[in-house]
Amino acid sequence: MAKGFVGCAMALAALLMSPSSALSQTWNFTGMTPDQFNGLPPGGPAPVRDLSGTWDGGPQGVGATGQEAERAAARPPFTPLGEQMARQNRPGNGPRKVLVAEINDPVSTQGDPAGFPRVVTFELRALQIAQTTNQVLMLYMFEKRYRVIWTDGRSLPKDPDPRWYGYSVGRWEDDYTFVVETIGLDDRTWIDNDGDPHSTALRVIERYHRVNRNALELTVTIDDPKVYTKPWLVRNRMPMRLLPPGTDLMEMIPSASEAQAYQQVISSKAK
Amino acid sequence: MRVTLLGIIVSVVGLFAGAVPAAAHHGAATFDTGKEITLKGVVTEWIWANPHCFLKFDAKDETGAVRNWAVETQNPVAMTARGWSRSAFKAGDEVTVKLEPVKNGEAVGRILSVLLPNGQSLVAVGPQPAATPAQ
Repeated sequence: MAKGFVGCAMALAALLMSPSSALSQTWNFTGMTPDQFNGLPPGGPAPVRDLSGTWDGGPQGVGATGQEAERAAARPPFTPLGEQMARQNRPGNGPRKVLVAEINDPVSTQGDPAGFPRVVTFELRALQIAQTTNQVLMLYMFEKRYRVIWTDGRSLPKDPDPRWYGYSVGRWEDDYTFVVETIGLDDRTWIDNDGDPHSTALRVIERYHRVNRNALELTVTIDDPKVYTKPWLVRNRMPMRLLPPGTDLMEMIPSASEAQAYQQVISSKAK
Repeated sequence: MRVTLLGIIVSVVGLFAGAVPAAAHHGAATFDTGKEITLKGVVTEWIWANPHCFLKFDAKDETGAVRNWAVETQNPVAMTARGWSRSAFKAGDEVTVKLEPVKNGEAVGRILSVLLPNGQSLVAVGPQPAATPAQ
């Protein structure tokens, strides 16, 4: 009887330690608390050249106000053009934040797309990564948008028309590190919620390093010589955790009508 | 072993109880941080929206005049993790709202907590409670 109980408990433990647990089906997953995030087991070695699954950046995924100092320390001085562009942006976060009524954040006040790289620099809530034979697809909870990262060996386009989410190609640097290069980014978007600007010359490098089965690290480099005096790391080995495959993500879509309602009811009076 | 098994079950239940930290799209400079007022009122509207949900309610001021307050919370994702929902309030509900007002005296602020007619308290700030995700 005792042996049976122990065996049953061990089997259940193994089941529960794995993100593939059949008990792990859930709707409207919103994210992990810091303790839950840090308490996840490694789950075994990393699979080779595989990022597929649903990942959560946990407490660091969303660039909350507690991370403002980190971002400010990482950010190099602006070029003269960068300073001029930064003065046009009136953010609600960061060292240049303004009162609520004065914010001109295109996402929260107009319902514009966050765009790339902002979706990974501040609003990196859970995302699903799917791999095909010639693409890696990033499906974001925030805005319920997706990116296509081509892995078929193509080159990035020359002088492309800017896009909200740019043009991306990716390659495996080694069996556990996937590197993505993105250009052609629309300069109406901000780099982050701190109102950091960028030009259409922006080039972003993402490095996804799979540490083990359940852990991923993301490093994001901003390279925009028109706006910043040198490249900088807006994310530096930010940890992410693998969620069970039955995880359904909640929608988080900042629509234009909802932004307008907030403007009328709250922010226009919050001076 | 029983303790270990219980610990595992608790930790896994906890896995799905989490929340992204509340990341406002704006700082706190607009609000009179640290000042708390508590108002009894009647809900007129509950808007479940991004970037912030907000509650509108009528409450009498010290002169007896009714003011319609508009008080914000975080977004639906963050509030769902705290046990709030799209159906948390309906027009006509009598509520007690603890809030932090804006500095300029307008009937605007952000919610700290709301006491519902059934005695349940919905908390909007502080560490995330271990709530069960919405189904």
